[in-house]
Amino acid sequence: MEITGAEAIIESLKNEDVDVVFGYPGGAVLTLYDALYKANFNHILTKHEQGAVHAADGYARATGKVGVVIATSGPGATNLVTGIATAYMDSIPLVAITGQVSVPLIGRDSFQEADIRGITTPITKHNYLVKKVEDLPGVIKEAFYIARTGRPGPVVIDIAKDVFAASLDYHYPKEVKLRGYRPVYAGDLGTIDKVFEELRLAKKPLLFVGGGVNLSDSSEELKSLIEQTGFPVISTLMGLGCIPFDHPQFLGMVGMHGTYAANMATTECDLMVGIGVRFDDRVTGLLDEFAAKAKIIHFDIDPAEINKNVLTHLRVVGDMKWSIPALYLRVQEVSSELKEHIVEWIEKVRVWQEEKSLRYELDTELVMPQAVVEKVSQLTQGDAVIVTDVGQHQMWVAQYYGFRNPRSLLTSGGLGTMGYGLPAALGAQAGLPNRTVILFVGDGGIMMNCQELAVAAEYNFPIKILIFNNQCLGMVAQWQRMFYGGRYSHTSLKGSTTDFVKLAEAMGVKGLRVSKPEELSRILEEALAIPGPVVVDIRIPEMLDVLPMVPAGARLDQMIIGGKEG
Amino acid sequence: MKHTLAVLVENKPGVLTHISGLISRRAFNIESIAAGYTEEPDTTRITIVVEGNEIEQEQVVNQLSKLVDVIKISDLTAVESIQRELALIKVKASVHTRSDIINIVEIFRASIVDVGRETMVIELSGDETKIDALCQVLEEDHGIIEIVRTGKIALSRGPIPAKDQ
Repeated sequence: MEITGAEAIIESLKNEDVDVVFGYPGGAVLTLYDALYKANFNHILTKHEQGAVHAADGYARATGKVGVVIATSGPGATNLVTGIATAYMDSIPLVAITGQVSVPLIGRDSFQEADIRGITTPITKHNYLVKKVEDLPGVIKEAFYIARTGRPGPVVIDIAKDVFAASLDYHYPKEVKLRGYRPVYAGDLGTIDKVFEELRLAKKPLLFVGGGVNLSDSSEELKSLIEQTGFPVISTLMGLGCIPFDHPQFLGMVGMHGTYAANMATTECDLMVGIGVRFDDRVTGLLDEFAAKAKIIHFDIDPAEINKNVLTHLRVVGDMKWSIPALYLRVQEVSSELKEHIVEWIEKVRVWQEEKSLRYELDTELVMPQAVVEKVSQLTQGDAVIVTDVGQHQMWVAQYYGFRNPRSLLTSGGLGTMGYGLPAALGAQAGLPNRTVILFVGDGGIMMNCQELAVAAEYNFPIKILIFNNQCLGMVAQWQRMFYGGRYSHTSLKGSTTDFVKLAEAMGVKGLRVSKPEELSRILEEALAIPGPVVVDIRIPEMLDVLPMVPAGARLDQMIIGGKEG
Repeated sequence: MKHTLAVLVENKPGVLTHISGLISRRAFNIESIAAGYTEEPDTTRITIVVEGNEIEQEQVVNQLSKLVDVIKISDLTAVESIQRELALIKVKASVHTRSDIINIVEIFRASIVDVGRETMVIELSGDETKIDALCQVLEEDHGIIEIVRTGKIALSRGPIPAKDQ
């Protein structure tokens, strides 16, 4: 059928089962917005393009579907950059559609022209500039396919303005033909046999799980494998939720703010099986000393992750949906043998677990942030979709919430993007309208993208926004306290004149405040009971540290534990 | 050590940007890069010479392979291959020195492609060391005004093309 480029995009989005797009209109995408209007396509208008791209990211993380964002050329497109980089670092499937100036104007420094393809090349899985309308259907098909298959990631489609208006004979391709892109699903079974042999030999084995398990939705498969082996398990930040926090074999999060048991087990293990992890520096600490006594086996879908940071003994490249069950089938036969083999190791691990490294002191006057997280966990039975921003609160949430379900923690782990949380929570709620979505955010981070509060009100997204207000940029201040002689250069927010309750109310969001410990339960319950969005300004102490902590570049067992028995 | 990689890519706009961008942001040590059309009109072949140990070399191959427009990479270091580079060298040449330069050119099996009143341009193809040797002689005896070199291109011996290796 003969339709315009803009209409072809709408048709293609429908063909890809896209039920909502996030975006912001502008000159170069006028024709596309006209087609959205005529098709009455479900579109969420944010207040800033950065809000739209983080919302699409939150939607993708929460639902497992591809998030879609639309922005205009030039500044509209460049406002997406932080969000695209955030998604790229955490392997989140996104398709960003940006308008570009008309073909005859490209390269002439035209009004609102930016080379967004060039700008996003290092932070996308792939990108396109479409200058011919007949290329559109194929490009969109490819973009969605690339974004969601293999190791997922963001794809940018930059489309010249005149392409939206040009007409074409529209057929959506049934399949994708890409000579240079063939993601592996099933890998080499011979390697699985070798891995199996290593598992049988190991005396101090450790399973190390990460975001890849969450992204591939293979936590059920993982649980079966874990239970058959009896091996202790540690997780990265991004892996939280893929195994329930109270699983008897689970030792907690590893790394800079990991638990004592997880970090000690890493230091002492003789076999580490990494599953969907990328050995990030926040996990490994001093790289040369990371799991130095262990043979390392690495399961990943991306061959380029193997040997990137840590040298591996064996590699298993393939989809977790293939590799985890493949290993499970081998392990099943010898489950009791494996468990007998590691009795001593398990005893040792139990002793480390006795050291309750996640502890804090309750106070009668001050609201402790850890207590807030525990209270929220209790009130939501660990079943909410939790979104965080970046900083101290992010680590307290990771440590104390007690995640039970995959895809239940949405956080900018790789890029560490402040300002991510609020729009991501909106996107998560858009994708999961019936779930409780709770955002934890600092008093610093909320001010980056606080304009999106108005979106929560306008669309009545009932997200609960808990601001951990310590009147400083807590994580940076912690580093200044520990490593910069307590010189708090520009991290104090004491002079701030912003009243978060009033800010919320001004945007149409209910505002509440917690200043004393005795108010906490009541106000949180009140907030959760309100059917619309709520901001709770929670006053927490200023000088708290996130502990335990491994100083940057130190060995994992050289951790500062601190705190008192709780 | 040095590795010579034959990288087959889609002949599309932006592909070279993707490749050079990746090389720079991953901080890979690239000695030379040469690109050109092939026997298939939709394929471009890029020869990349990369310096590094086995692990670094593996990262270069794995990261480049991730690019959607990269079809195939084959390491020509591991197989018997022919490796060539083309150089154009502009040397100072007067009436008195021309004959000596012609002698040198003949010894190196190079050819003279342009002669002016003060200069000659010499074309030479060969491996890197041969070109280096000619440049050294010309520079010391006559003086070089400018040089342009293509970077290495390489082809395996035997019947199997890189795309099927």
